[in-house]
Amino acid sequence: MTERTALPEADTAEDKPDSAVVRDALGVGVAVGLSGFAFGVTSAGSGLTLAQTCALSLLVFTGASQFALVGALAAGGNPLTAAAGAFFLGVRNAFYGLRLSQLLALPRAVRPFAAQWVIDETTAVALAQPTRRAVRIGFTVTGLTLYLLWNATTLLGALGAEAIGDTDAWGLDAAGPAVFLALLAPMLTTATERAVAALAVLLGLGLLPVLPAGVPVLVAALAAPLVLWARGRRAEAAHQGGEGHEAPTGEERR
Amino acid sequence: MNVWIAIAATAVGCYAVKLAGLLVPAGALERPLVRRLAALLPVALLAALTAQQTFADGRALVLDARAAGVAAAAVALLLRAPFLLVVAAAVVVTAGVRAMGG
Repeated sequence: MTERTALPEADTAEDKPDSAVVRDALGVGVAVGLSGFAFGVTSAGSGLTLAQTCALSLLVFTGASQFALVGALAAGGNPLTAAAGAFFLGVRNAFYGLRLSQLLALPRAVRPFAAQWVIDETTAVALAQPTRRAVRIGFTVTGLTLYLLWNATTLLGALGAEAIGDTDAWGLDAAGPAVFLALLAPMLTTATERAVAALAVLLGLGLLPVLPAGVPVLVAALAAPLVLWARGRRAEAAHQGGEGHEAPTGEERR
Repeated sequence: MNVWIAIAATAVGCYAVKLAGLLVPAGALERPLVRRLAALLPVALLAALTAQQTFADGRALVLDARAAGVAAAAVALLLRAPFLLVVAAAVVVTAGVRAMGG
């Protein structure tokens, strides 16, 4: 419960030294990079080979999608259904890219190379920087540290899992859901997010016994538009009620 | 082979959306509804995935040691523990409950 908001950070932030940016970036890059270990273990424990596990970290390089894919495959999901779930989780990176492209102002030729690093962590570090130079340093150092560490720890985790044998006996099958929960928790900021999460849990669990593996997660994604639509309708109804209109006929939906 | 197909599809799809964000002119996706939906989509997916990987055994719902582990992770999150500690708490508690025959 420390009170830090009173500090006039904006003034000092203007001339943030490069070393401070690098320190921020390394902190995030190292902490998250190490969790590639959890992915390597989970992936190998789900039955993927060493080459498949490492290919995922090298080529996909967005943690939530990787965990989702190996989870869906382990549950016996169709490969394309499994890939669809992982893909939808990755869509958020497009919106990070939109923000980053304005801040980084990269030449077009460089963008295909920078694209692989457009993820949660690099965006979080880059957006927190005060100047273009700091944004570029933050993005590059976080991206490089994370990419190298994430892939190295994936390899170690997969090798470790193969050495251990039965990863479930070590409780490592709980790593996947714990990672998802840790990613989800900071997103649950308002009632809308909580409603979406609750509805998604109901759909995801309720449809599990009746739909093919991997499909319930995709249906659960509909919780997002459903809650938005319901809230939009309620806001509309409240608006009309406040103005003393008569009961809506239902024909006026936009 | 199926696994490689899934990996290839995921890799291509995930790279494409990352690149699209950098290449698409600003403003194309800036409609409030689209932004709102993009922010809520991961919430829905992560919540469903957390629940399934905690309670699913194949296509059946079960209550086993994983639930205790994920509950421990939730407590760790409430205590603002760092990411790795949250995952470690889940793993250790799950293993502990299993060792006790849970």
